[in-house]
Order: sequence, then C-alpha cells, then structure tokens
Amino acid sequence: MKKSRRRFLKIAGVSALGLGAGSAVNVLASEVVKKENPAKSGKKASENSQFQKNPKTFTADRWAIVIDTRKLDKKKTEKIQKACHLNHNVPEIPEEKKEIKWIWTDKYYNVFPDKKNEYLAEKLDGLGILTLCNHCDNPPCVQACPTKATFQREDGIVIMDFHRCIGCRFCMAACPYGSRSFNFFNPRPHIDDVNPDFPTRQKGVVEKCNLCAERLAEGKAPYCVEASDGAISYGDLEDPDSSVRRLLKSNFTIRRRPALGTMPCVYYIV
Amino acid sequence: MLDKALSGSKKYGIWIGFLLLIMGGGFIAYLQQLDVGLGITGMSRDVSWGLYIAQFTFLVGVAAGGVMVVLPYYLHDYKTFGRITVLGEFLAIAALIMCLLFIVVDLGYPSRLFNVIIHFSPDSMLFWDMIVLNGYLFLNIVVGWNVLQAERNAVSYKKWVKYLAYFSIPWAVGIHTVTAFLYCGLPGRGFWLTAILAPRFLASAFAAGPALLIILALIVQKTTKFDPGDKAIDTLSKIVCYALITNVFFFLCEVFVVFYSQNPHHMETFQFLFQGVHGHDSLVPWMWGSMFLMGFGILFLVIPRLRTNRFLLPITCAMVFIGTWIDKGMGLITGGFNPTPLNHIAEYAPTGLEIMITLGVYAVGLLVLTLLFKIAVSVKEEVGA
Repeated sequence: MKKSRRRFLKIAGVSALGLGAGSAVNVLASEVVKKENPAKSGKKASENSQFQKNPKTFTADRWAIVIDTRKLDKKKTEKIQKACHLNHNVPEIPEEKKEIKWIWTDKYYNVFPDKKNEYLAEKLDGLGILTLCNHCDNPPCVQACPTKATFQREDGIVIMDFHRCIGCRFCMAACPYGSRSFNFFNPRPHIDDVNPDFPTRQKGVVEKCNLCAERLAEGKAPYCVEASDGAISYGDLEDPDSSVRRLLKSNFTIRRRPALGTMPCVYYIV
Repeated sequence: MLDKALSGSKKYGIWIGFLLLIMGGGFIAYLQQLDVGLGITGMSRDVSWGLYIAQFTFLVGVAAGGVMVVLPYYLHDYKTFGRITVLGEFLAIAALIMCLLFIVVDLGYPSRLFNVIIHFSPDSMLFWDMIVLNGYLFLNIVVGWNVLQAERNAVSYKKWVKYLAYFSIPWAVGIHTVTAFLYCGLPGRGFWLTAILAPRFLASAFAAGPALLIILALIVQKTTKFDPGDKAIDTLSKIVCYALITNVFFFLCEVFVVFYSQNPHHMETFQFLFQGVHGHDSLVPWMWGSMFLMGFGILFLVIPRLRTNRFLLPITCAMVFIGTWIDKGMGLITGGFNPTPLNHIAEYAPTGLEIMITLGVYAVGLLVLTLLFKIAVSVKEEVGA
C-alpha cells in the first residue's frame, strides 16, 4: 500500500516534470517561430519562411465591387446567386425566416430605403437589385464582435472565423444592411451537393459573403463576378487605373445608406 | 450562515420543489435547443434577438434597481433602509445570475463562451458588459454577505465593506449604462440610436427593481417574523413613483422627437409598435397594455391615499413591473429590429420551448433569491429574537 503510494507520487512527480519540460520546449519553439516571423524581422515572407505566398494571388489595398444593375435581370441574378451559394456551401433552409443567404435580390426601395422618390423610374420598378455584404471600410459588425471572429483584413475584406464565433449575433444587430445570416440549424443536411474545397459551417455560428477571399488567394475572380457576364466588376479602389475606379469615374454610382458612415465598398450603377 | 437555507417549513420545501421542477423543465427544453440549435426559437434572420435578450436587458435593470436602497442607506445614512438593504443586494445577485444565464442560453455556440475572454475585444460593448455585470455580482455578494454576517455576530461591519458599498453605487449605474450602450451605439438601428436610451433604461430600472422589492418585502412581512418596516416600504413606493414618471417622461420625449421631426424610419418603428404596419400588429395590444399599466401605476402611486393602501400597493407594483417589462423587453428588442435594414416588417413571437427555457432561468433566479432571502430573514429573526 505504502509502496504503491510512493510509486504514484513518483510517477506524478515525473509527469509534472515532463509537463514542465514540455512547456519549456514550447517556449523555445515559440522563440524560434518569433525569430522567423517575417513581419517582425522585416524581411519578405518568401525569403525566410517555408510558407510562400501564392504568386498568382490577387491583391489590393482596398477591394471594391461595382454592380451595373442595367445589365442584370432575374435570370442573371439567379445564376449569380446560385454560383455563390453552391460553391460556398450555403444551405437551403426551408423556413424562410431562418434562411441563410450571402447574395440575393430585393426591390429597389428595399435595398435603398433612403432613396424613396414618389415616382420611381419604370425600369427600376420590379427590378431585383443584388445585395450582399458591403465590406464596409468602417464596419460596425467588426466593432461589435466580442471575440474578433469577424475582422477586417488589410485589403478591406470583412471576413469571419467560423471557428471562433460564439453565435451571440451582436454583429447581426450591428449590420445596417441585413447582410448576415445565422445558422439556426445544422446546415449540413440542407446542402445538396457539398463543395469539398470550401468549409461547411456548424449550427450556432453567423456567416456572410467573404468576397471570395479563397478565390482571390488563387488568383481567380469572385464567383458572382464570374457568373455576371460583365455586370459585376471588382478591383482595387485605391488604384486609379483599376476597373472599378474607371467605372466609378465614368458612371454615376450610389451606395447603400452612405449617411451612416460605414463607407460601404459595394457601388451600384442604376 | 448557509445552513439557514437548508431548513424551513413544509411550505418552504414545497416552493423549493416547485422551482426545481420548473428548472428541470427548462433544462430539458435547453437540451433540445443544444441538440437542434436556436432554430427551436421564434427568432429569425431579421429579428435575431428575442425573448432571452429581452429578459437579460430587463433584469440588468432589476439588478441596478437595488442601488435605490443601497444609496440612501450607505451614502445618506438613511437608517430606515437599514433593514432592507441586504434584501436589495440579494435581489441584485439573483437578477444578475439570471442575466448571465440568459446570455448563455442565447449563444449559438455556448461551448465557445470563454472566447470572450481568450480573444477579448475592448472595441465590443459586450466585452465591457461582461466586466461590469460580473463585477457588480461580485460586489453585491461580498457586501451583502459581510454586512449580514456582521449583523448576525452583532458587530458592525468592517470599514472596507462600506467602501465597497460606495463603489457599488456608480457601478450599478454603470451596468445599465453599458447595457444600453450595447444598443444605442449601432448606427443602423434608429429605434435604439438615441442618447436617451441609457437614461431611460435607468429610469425604468429604478421603477422596476424597487417595485419588485416592495412586493418581496410585503411577502417577507406577511410570512416571516421579520418586519422590513412600513416606513421603508413607503419610501420605496415614492422612489418607484418618481422613477416611473421619469421613465414615461423620457419615452414621451422620444415620441415628440420622432413625430415632430417626421423622420419616416423612426416613425415606422413606433407605428409598428402602437398601430401596426401593413397588418403586422401583434405587438400593438402589448404596447398599449404597457402604457396603460405604467399610466395607472403613476396614478396609483402619486395619490397618497392610494399609494399607502396596503391592499393596492402590491397590485400597483405588479402593474409597474409588468408594464416596464413589456416596454423594455419585447417592445425594445422587436421594435429595434423593425423596420429591417431592407425595410421590411418582421414579426417575432417566442415558441413554447423558448418560453420554457425562459421560465427555467427565472426558476433558477427565484431559487437563488429564495435561498438568499431565507438566510437573510433567518439571521434577522435570530437577531431580533
């Protein structure tokens, strides 16, 4: 009895030492990582790290989207929504109140409620205007998120870490555009054809458009742009020669609720 | 002192058993929610907060309302409140525990709760709300317990306890201010985006909290040998009266601004709540009910003969409590989400399971309250005897 207790203490002691040593090793390891961190050493990632940035990656100082509503109709917007939702594993929830959508259409006055004229141009009447996350330059959802699960990348994309989100839905209250959806149910049974290249989500987290960050990283255009036959353009807002800047220069564009100061980066030609 | 909570009359036992039963029901409903997701609730893409967050917001007020007995007693040495101060503090503890539970049951991914601490984000008002709520809970536990223990031992409490009590006074204002800041800092929600939201929250809190405390004091007076004192109850009812008047005044200020300015978006929320928009009018009877209850509450409290009527007083207090509960609960939350960012009207009604979980949390709160009050009253009976 006594012996076994001593034995136990011995094992416990050795284990504790082991744990301590383990963390010491960890500390050493993190030192090494710190030294190699290119951001701190000031060297370029490609010179020092075993991880290299894909040279094909599309980069920008501030991504923006221009939607030319004149070139869109019901058929095209449906095609665009399908391209986005199928590739991003957006589930089709039967209950409309709890549905999940990244890009969809609504009537002109619903998308632009503060642009209420008494008599609307005929062409806009009944037209479905595409709506999606505005990737605001000053995003209220990022401010509201208590865990930084929603954050803004340096290139302006407002994106989510689905593995950090606690599902408090503060971001949904904060978003002035209704761009966010919450997984009220396990989404997986509601996805017919899973795209293995993009994660599916779990129940209890929020999700929204990510401006196809995963596509840009591979040097590909966002799905909505690709499916739009030229109606949707994307590019760098800071670059005067970019396609979006050229469109903004030659067309009158509007944004959703600009008076709120969120500085949306999705522009509309109407 | 904890042992005091373990023995009691048969009625006490039945009451505890009843609460445990409701808690059990709520727990089973919560297991269902954990399994299926928040889809079992009536919340939606557009009304993404509902009954849980409404209760949370209201109960933060009840907790803050406790300061209405703490402040006169510790700051102005108002001896009349000496007998009920600990009841106010214990009420705050029970209310805060419910607040925290309502936050937890509202989370879509509760197992990640501690991400709020691990990945803390001071830009988020929710981070500050977590700090002030837990801090206030801690202050009330320490102060309430130490004061009661000193009373039991027939010694005066330590000086640091008094300083903590002083500290808890602005802190009480803080918890409700930060809770209002959760809402009123959001640019796209016109109904919430008003600087008077925090003052309005405080006014309704200082009505609802003391109103509940009066009801509890009357129950204690009737069922135990401890008498909280008629004078304390009278003073509390005056506090409820003025706080309620202030609350309604703030509300009317809001109504003036919205309707005189004719801002269509701001008007639409009020029209949705009080008239109905495009046939969406499920909240209309509730909102008018709330106005009716608060209006008559003021009338019954302003007229001295009605205020001091011991038969009417608990009814008046219940009216005040329910009136502010509707106003700050369902009205505030569903109203804030309407019209939606895409200018639709989205109605909300809680489901049966959602109500069951809510009742379960209330049962936890009532259990905590019962046990704490039992301890407090037993000590006071013992000291008095």
